[in-house]
Amino acid sequence: MNAVMAELWPYFLLVLVGFLPNEIWRALGMVMARGLNEDSEVVVWSRAVATAILAGVIAKLILFAPGALAGVPLALRVGAAACGFAAFLAAKRSLFIGVAVGEAVLLAGGALVAH
Amino acid sequence: MAVRSVTSNSQAFFGGVTVALTSVFHLVIGGTYIGIGALAHDFGFSAGWMAFCTVLVWAGPAQVILISALGSGAPLVEAAIAVSLSGLRLLPMVVALLPLLRREGTRLRDLLLPTHFTSVSMWVESLRLLPAMPREHRIAMCNGIATGLMGVAVTYGFAGFYLAAGLPRLFAGGLLFLTPVSFLLSTARNARAMVDKLALLFGLALAPLLVALHVQLDLMWSGVVGGTLAYGIHRVREAAT
Repeated sequence: MNAVMAELWPYFLLVLVGFLPNEIWRALGMVMARGLNEDSEVVVWSRAVATAILAGVIAKLILFAPGALAGVPLALRVGAAACGFAAFLAAKRSLFIGVAVGEAVLLAGGALVAH
Repeated sequence: MAVRSVTSNSQAFFGGVTVALTSVFHLVIGGTYIGIGALAHDFGFSAGWMAFCTVLVWAGPAQVILISALGSGAPLVEAAIAVSLSGLRLLPMVVALLPLLRREGTRLRDLLLPTHFTSVSMWVESLRLLPAMPREHRIAMCNGIATGLMGVAVTYGFAGFYLAAGLPRLFAGGLLFLTPVSFLLSTARNARAMVDKLALLFGLALAPLLVALHVQLDLMWSGVVGGTLAYGIHRVREAAT
């Protein structure tokens, strides 16, 4: 019984902590689909909050890196992200070029540090 | 694709799948989910859990938050609040999408799938393509686009998961780096208005600061404080002009 519980626990958490808190906004959106428009003030504010929280996640993943990424020095992680961002701007906001340059800097730097 | 020549729902559905596979979002979602799969692996989740997570949550940022929060042992309430705040942006998307799909006689249950499928990528592609479609086939096409994108996400999620398990450490680190760097750039690309750019900047600066200050619920506060600050500046600037 305990083994089954241990197996199912992550799925229980997935529904409780991941699915429901996220899905509620879709359900609410369905209810509110008449009446709100994209430029209303509540929508602008909620988009700003959503953007800021996502930015917070990005910063934490780079600064307090998980798993194998923690093996790459902090300065290199920040530098690679900055290079990727600069390339993205220079290449007319191309996601592909920005991500490719960021990754290239990270991998090349990581290889140099290792030797 | 000749969108106007669509005459049946199955044609519309598979047309949508084709759109998804040939869209630029194939690359973006592929890269993102390789990263998320690698993240799930490194935080100790199973590949099956990761696939369920993609199908049920179907929102990259929420999945990143969920995996890193649960994986690092954050309090469940904090994880749920952070996930919920990141999902807030889905509300206005659903509100904008459904009027495009609805017609006389559309039943509520026909809108359940498109509602669950709503995500940034599906929303952008749907709003781009659906207006040119006959109204009676829009729901099928919308579901096709989302099914294609979700299939891409699940597949690349598995790829990232097993690559992270087998790759040399540096390359596994490079896979994990895909998540923050692709989110950073796609968020910057979507931030056209000043308020969104400010929110991005404030969020980037606030979260590490709050962590350093040992503030509880750091993600929630960086969202609420950073977003409200950006919104306030936007209002003051609008009032001044």
